[in-house]
Amino acid sequence: MTHQSETPPAEVARGASRRKSMRSWLLPLLGFTVVYLALVALVRNQYYQLMLTLVPVWATLGISWNILSGYSGLVSFGHAAFFGLGAYTLTILFVFFGITPWVGVFAAGGVGALAGLVIGYPTFRLRGHYFALSMLAYPLALLYVFEWLGLQEVSLPMRRDAPVAFMQFSDNRIYTLIALCIMIAALLASLRIERSRFGMSLLAIKQNEIAAEAAGINTFTWKLRAIVVSGLIAGMIGGFYAVVLLVVTPQTVFGMLTSAQALIMALFGGVGSAWGPVVGAAVLIPLTEILHAELGDKIPGIQGVVLGAAIIMTILYAPEGILWRVRDLLRKRQAGVADRQIGDGKASGTVTVEPDAARRAPPADAPTLLDVQGLAKSFGGLKAVQDVSFSVREGEILGIIGPNGAGKTTLFNLLNGVISPDTGRITFQGESIFGLSANAICSRGIGRTFQVVRPFPRLTVLENVVIGAFVATDNDDDAYAQARKALARVGMERDEGLLAGGLTTKQLRLLELARALAGNPKLLLLDETLAGLGSDAVEEMLAVIRNVAAEGATVVIIEHTMHAMVRLADRFVVLDHGTVLAEGAPEEVTRNPNVIEAYLGKKWSAHARA
Amino acid sequence: MSDFLINVENVLQALSAGILLGGIYGLMCVGLGIIFGVMRVINFAQGDLMMIGMYCAFYLFSAAGLGTVLGPEVGAIVAALLTGPIMYAFGLVLHRFLISRVTGVRVASLEGEGHYAQLILTLGMALVLSNGGLLLFGSTPVSVRSSLSSSAWELGPLVGDYVSIFVNKARGIALLVSLAVAAGLYVFINRSRLGKSLKAAADNPEAAIYMGIDVDKAHRMAFGIGTAITAIAGGLVATYYPFQPYVGLEFVIVMYAGVVLGGLGSIIGAFWGGMIIGLVQQLATLVLPTQLQNTAVFVVFLLVVFLRPQGLFGVNVTRA
Repeated sequence: MTHQSETPPAEVARGASRRKSMRSWLLPLLGFTVVYLALVALVRNQYYQLMLTLVPVWATLGISWNILSGYSGLVSFGHAAFFGLGAYTLTILFVFFGITPWVGVFAAGGVGALAGLVIGYPTFRLRGHYFALSMLAYPLALLYVFEWLGLQEVSLPMRRDAPVAFMQFSDNRIYTLIALCIMIAALLASLRIERSRFGMSLLAIKQNEIAAEAAGINTFTWKLRAIVVSGLIAGMIGGFYAVVLLVVTPQTVFGMLTSAQALIMALFGGVGSAWGPVVGAAVLIPLTEILHAELGDKIPGIQGVVLGAAIIMTILYAPEGILWRVRDLLRKRQAGVADRQIGDGKASGTVTVEPDAARRAPPADAPTLLDVQGLAKSFGGLKAVQDVSFSVREGEILGIIGPNGAGKTTLFNLLNGVISPDTGRITFQGESIFGLSANAICSRGIGRTFQVVRPFPRLTVLENVVIGAFVATDNDDDAYAQARKALARVGMERDEGLLAGGLTTKQLRLLELARALAGNPKLLLLDETLAGLGSDAVEEMLAVIRNVAAEGATVVIIEHTMHAMVRLADRFVVLDHGTVLAEGAPEEVTRNPNVIEAYLGKKWSAHARA
Repeated sequence: MSDFLINVENVLQALSAGILLGGIYGLMCVGLGIIFGVMRVINFAQGDLMMIGMYCAFYLFSAAGLGTVLGPEVGAIVAALLTGPIMYAFGLVLHRFLISRVTGVRVASLEGEGHYAQLILTLGMALVLSNGGLLLFGSTPVSVRSSLSSSAWELGPLVGDYVSIFVNKARGIALLVSLAVAAGLYVFINRSRLGKSLKAAADNPEAAIYMGIDVDKAHRMAFGIGTAITAIAGGLVATYYPFQPYVGLEFVIVMYAGVVLGGLGSIIGAFWGGMIIGLVQQLATLVLPTQLQNTAVFVVFLLVVFLRPQGLFGVNVTRA
């Protein structure tokens, strides 16, 4: 921290709150570890010792599942694939090559990570339910392969010559300690992810993948990283599980129930939270094992019924898991004060602007920032955009107008890579961006907002905006600083703690604008930013956009109402039926009979000519 | 018989076995397809609901005396069909008290629109049903036995003088009944008002709401009918396949594979998805060791989904 002295006050405050948040997770971790170690020291019964080992084992698998599925929302029904590959890696290395499990556990993690890469790469083409169900196929396909290979039941050999060197202990409590170490490592990794741009990016993907892409998040890469980390953890713990069980069968490590176990721990405890799976395992594993020991052999089946019923009851009461329910209850108790502090109803977005003084339209010979030539896109038979050519000069505000269905939004989707064009050329700062992905285009300096706002509803205003800032800097603290600056530029600096889900239309539009600004774009694409706003709000929004342009950004704005645009744009491009109908200064364009006809029909254009 | 003819016979036999199996899988998949299509809920308990249906048919046949009153052959089929209305009612009860509390409008505000809660709820249901089954029915495998399951029809000779296909009578009848039920459902869905609204809701749940379809009712009906159809399929399987309370797990995976292959939201697609799974499973034995027949199923499944992510009969509705 060499530049500590230069840090602005807001940053210092944030740094402090970060350190506080570090204490807030370090304490529970220490507390948990101490209590757990005390239990381990006290319990003498072998059966309960095994139980104490299984809690961290399944908690770790749950953490691994949560890193992929809880954070990114891509539900995996196939985590047994990583777990099983890990178990078999360690076993095969030990049995056939005499390699100690101390090494084997890490090899298992490596194989798990590799499997994550190999599985993730093709499977991330799929979304939603298709992804979830396809993940089912991997462990089940592997299960039969391992049976076919003749590995139905492989036992780990006893190494009485050097037990410790081969992870074999007469004292069961040492296994518990190893499991606990692995779990804590996984938990720390998960907590770290949660608090970094890694976790934020996954959350953004979960809530709105297109918006995340357009904000410069390389969604594919982050998903791939998540599944690799997840596979690594699952592989390691799978390997260790083999050591605990001493016998590996395809059913126990690749079976459907193993995949389900991962889900159950995380969902029961609290999905999308690092501690969730730990809570889930700490409650459910003892419950299962005790039921099994006390009732299982007397009345077979009763233990499953009780466990299932317990899960059902809990989930009806706490649909997002125990942890979130408890948190909500605690919050409710403190809510009285907090609610009044945040969002005290004061109008936000009140920007003080020196009207139009700061900004002047750029000269006609200003250099070209964006050049579009012959751009076309069809959906089946529908030519949404055909042969569109225009250019954007540095520093101008260009209005793209046209009636509904003229192809305006499609044009934006083509320009920022949300959909890929069929033919044409798009040159930005002299470099072709034709066919690049949305995040690549964003990182080259094109930000955008959406006609139908796409906030991340469960994140705060600041978190929403910081996701747009990641693209501009590799340092998370800088990203937060930029996000705050962007919020200030749109006049929302006082709302940073609000949840995006509860904002008004105007606030959401400003939020999206701030998110786009946070990446320091050279070119801003604004899609009907004025739509749905009252006349006062339109004035405010116009002021904000002018300010942004005055500070050096080039703006292309879509609108289908001419009214406000005439006062904002330096130049117009008029689209109709996917083609450019007219281009020029506002006063020329509004008098162009073709434009009037497109907007008002033939009768009015004749009227206007007369 | 020449090697060639032996090969021909093997292929024909595998093909017929595949169709017999696929027809039943198809019916199961249709049941799940209705639920999944309309509600977009992943129901892990579907296989266990089928297991309950199988025991239901078993007890109707044996304890309730359908087997003795109607004779084992007719009795077995009537038992399977009667399972439908019983499991329909069971499905409605489950929906009313459990499923409806984590689906529909009331969970829209939850993380991931309530999908997480649905997953774990149905996992809990699967645990309760399969272990409850163990508690009630015991672990000894049972089946609805009749002379049909140990006799066969000979079709042919089809090629030359010796090449013919043998069709197990129980399986053959199960296929015919399954086709009849699927056809009946097809008519119901395409002709009746209720059926059409279900189809619309499966095709596009959101649009269906805007068109004034009562979502809660559609969900309830879908869950009931889906449960019933899968249970009938289970009752038919029970006529030739010994089963125990954990049988659901074997089939739930087949069902999901079939529904995804067919394309989410396409009820007819689900039938063909199931048929493909049956065919791949049987035809794979011609070229692969028996242990790998299920691996073949999953590999084919993955290939189809990668090449055609919306499934064979699904429509791609992703929009920017």
